[in-house]
Amino acid sequence: MTDAQISQMTPEGSEIPISERGPAPTRVVVSYGFWLFILSDIILFAALFAAYAVLSGQTAGGPSGHQLFDRGHVLIETACLLLSSFTCGMFSLAIDQRSARYTYVFGAITFALGLGFIGLELSEFTEMIAHGNGPQRSAFLSAFFALVGMHGTHVTLGLAWLLGMLAQVATLGFTPRVVGRLRCFSLFWHALDVVWIGVFTIVYLGAH
Amino acid sequence: MSSSVLLGKLDWSAIPLNEPLPLISAAVVVAVIAAILGLVTYKRAWPYFWKEWITSVDHKRVGVMYVVLALVMLLRGFADALMMRSQLAMAAGTAHGYLPPDHYNQIFSAHGTIMIFFVAMTFMVGLMNFVVPLQIGARDVAFPVLNSVSFWLTASGALLLNMSLVIGEFARTGWLVYPPLSELAYSPGVGVDYYLWSLQISGVGTLLSGVNLTTTILKLRAPGMGYSRMPIFTWTALASNLLIIAAFPILTATLGMLLLDRYLGFHFFTNDGGGNAMMYINLIWAWGHPEVYILILPAFGVFSEVIATFSGKALFGYRSMVIATMGICILSFMVWLHHFFTMGAGADVNGFFGIMTMIIAIPTGVKVFNWLFTLYGGTVRFNTPLLWAIGFMITFVIGGMTGVLMAVPPADFVLHNSLFLVAHFHNVVIGGVVFGAFAGYTYWFPKAFGFTLDERLGKASFWCWLIGFYLAFMPLYLLGLMGATRRMQHYPETGWQPMMIVALVGALVIFAGILLTIAQLVVSIRTRDQRRDHSGDPWQGRTLEWSTRSPPPEYNFARLPQIKGLDAWHQAREEGRKTLEAAPYDPAEKLHVPRGSATGFVAAFFSVAMGFALVWHIWWLAIIGLVGIVATGLVHAWRTVHDIEVIPEDTDLARLIGPSPP
Repeated sequence: MTDAQISQMTPEGSEIPISERGPAPTRVVVSYGFWLFILSDIILFAALFAAYAVLSGQTAGGPSGHQLFDRGHVLIETACLLLSSFTCGMFSLAIDQRSARYTYVFGAITFALGLGFIGLELSEFTEMIAHGNGPQRSAFLSAFFALVGMHGTHVTLGLAWLLGMLAQVATLGFTPRVVGRLRCFSLFWHALDVVWIGVFTIVYLGAH
Repeated sequence: MSSSVLLGKLDWSAIPLNEPLPLISAAVVVAVIAAILGLVTYKRAWPYFWKEWITSVDHKRVGVMYVVLALVMLLRGFADALMMRSQLAMAAGTAHGYLPPDHYNQIFSAHGTIMIFFVAMTFMVGLMNFVVPLQIGARDVAFPVLNSVSFWLTASGALLLNMSLVIGEFARTGWLVYPPLSELAYSPGVGVDYYLWSLQISGVGTLLSGVNLTTTILKLRAPGMGYSRMPIFTWTALASNLLIIAAFPILTATLGMLLLDRYLGFHFFTNDGGGNAMMYINLIWAWGHPEVYILILPAFGVFSEVIATFSGKALFGYRSMVIATMGICILSFMVWLHHFFTMGAGADVNGFFGIMTMIIAIPTGVKVFNWLFTLYGGTVRFNTPLLWAIGFMITFVIGGMTGVLMAVPPADFVLHNSLFLVAHFHNVVIGGVVFGAFAGYTYWFPKAFGFTLDERLGKASFWCWLIGFYLAFMPLYLLGLMGATRRMQHYPETGWQPMMIVALVGALVIFAGILLTIAQLVVSIRTRDQRRDHSGDPWQGRTLEWSTRSPPPEYNFARLPQIKGLDAWHQAREEGRKTLEAAPYDPAEKLHVPRGSATGFVAAFFSVAMGFALVWHIWWLAIIGLVGIVATGLVHAWRTVHDIEVIPEDTDLARLIGPSPP
């Protein structure tokens, strides 16, 4: 038995229940709090998904999703985002190794893939708007632009956060706080992937 | 209204120079604020306020500031109430009173918004902030700086909302701004925008506070404090904050959709383009009903603590109380449709939601019986907090029963949007949340400031509130049954007037209660030297917060207490030792408290600027506000010193005993 395990024993030798072991270390507290925040963010998306589900048929005489969406385009977009999640995983491993070089390399690749995703999304949006199919066209398009745009806004914020974190690694190094924030960033980035799977399935594959 | 690049939609017509009432009230508010700022400057107290309060991240200071904000907002919200009641006491038959409909609509909208978001909500969050870390034996909340940010964002929302009194107008749509009335087509002014930005900003603060307190309760309890040893107020705070995490994002999303409709021409809730106004009403109540329990559950927690303490007994049925609390927490998400049975969803849907609503009465009933059995056979001391608790038990049961009545869909079709409904929700919000807030305020005041509040004035205030409440709202039940609707500025039926006058008298009696609360505070501060509490435990309390000195040191506990059972402090007192057992002494452990931070205040400053700019379409200022918020965050992110090392005082160490160093 390790020392850590022994310290979690009562004098009688029975194990102390987890709930009675006292305050968790800061590392755990920070991640836990961020998990709760992500849960709340998922609920924000849930409300937008609900609105989309209600309004997806309300085209007001305008085009439907089936007519508008280019699934090939969206597939490339999806590939960018999912790949960025893989590179974000590598980024986390580099941080665990405290390797600044690989942290920058995988951070940069993740950033580039995220930027590619945003670029593709913006090109889709501008093309739709240019053809008069902006969010003002119908309730369906309002819900579409709000849901997909909210995800895009999150990815954009994530990109800004990633840049900030790389700057933090460069200036402050791998301090416990910086590492904690990096861990939160990767949670955030992966959560956006999960949301995107929902968007891809419900909005694009489910277009009718 | 024309629009300029420099000032957006803002021009001199925004100042209500031709309307004496808002102008006078605004002048009074501005004069009071100027007088306070002048006094602080005259006393050279700015460094003190800046260091000890504005930039403080100590959960106790933040909690007190929340409560102060709530009390100030109570005055504003109550002024609105008095105006409405006096208007309705006059405007019968051909008389039209003194408030034009346009102004009256703004008043009831502001009254509801302020009372729910900036009085009830703010008060409860303040109490939870102050009490929870002390009750679980923690040094602070999980994220102290974030806590300060949450408070200041709430204050920003309150400030922005009150700016609408002087500059522009407030929403005329009711406190939940239902579309299509709140859409640009029918509310082209800035009133709804003030509402939306104010609530979006304060809503972010509330959400972050919910994340913070939930993490605190789940991850920072003292050693030995398992879930079955958590004080009941902490349990209710946990339920309430879980609801905040689960419900507030829905509010943010819904108000966001309305903002998109209003600012960018989206069609979520508009009449044209395929929008669906009923979707707004579903979404807003999917937040709104849990919100009711976000408010009432902590109040239940306060009453549980107060009743156990002043009965000199352990709370009856602790486990059933926990189960009831968490049961209500879950059920609260399954009843939202009862706010609009008249939507026409059909008999099956209405039947389901009606039954779910009635089911909530069961765990609530369990709680009421637990409180009764706690009092039964106890050594009851009738201090002010207990009076609030008993007043609550009677009043809340009446309010609960009228609620169950309206849960019957056919009955609701008759009572929907009537004064009966207004009486019902005031019955539960005043009788539940407000009484709970005042019970908590008088109960924990000596912990926060080291001296007790005057009992005589406190009791007088309670009786005014209780009697005033019944006078003000029982007539509204009757009027509702007679057909009087809510939100009406005058009525042709002169037969209603006598009861409207009784309601006004009731409101005036409540006003006397509020004045007595202020008098109580002033008198208590003046005579504080005679009412000092040196023990830290003036009420013979049962939970950990009473084991520290009053006011508690900034580190709360010199060493982390070791918890062996429920009501650990009561146990220690019973055993005659008046000290808590502490975790094994570790000489290597140093005591750290978080360093103060201006992040919250500065971010709030920019938030107000941004919110105001967005209301008035002053885009350059909105960008400056946003950049300011981001910059504040970045400055904080590069801060390297987060804690200050403190040496605990001997008196605080002496309150804890523990195994000697190995």
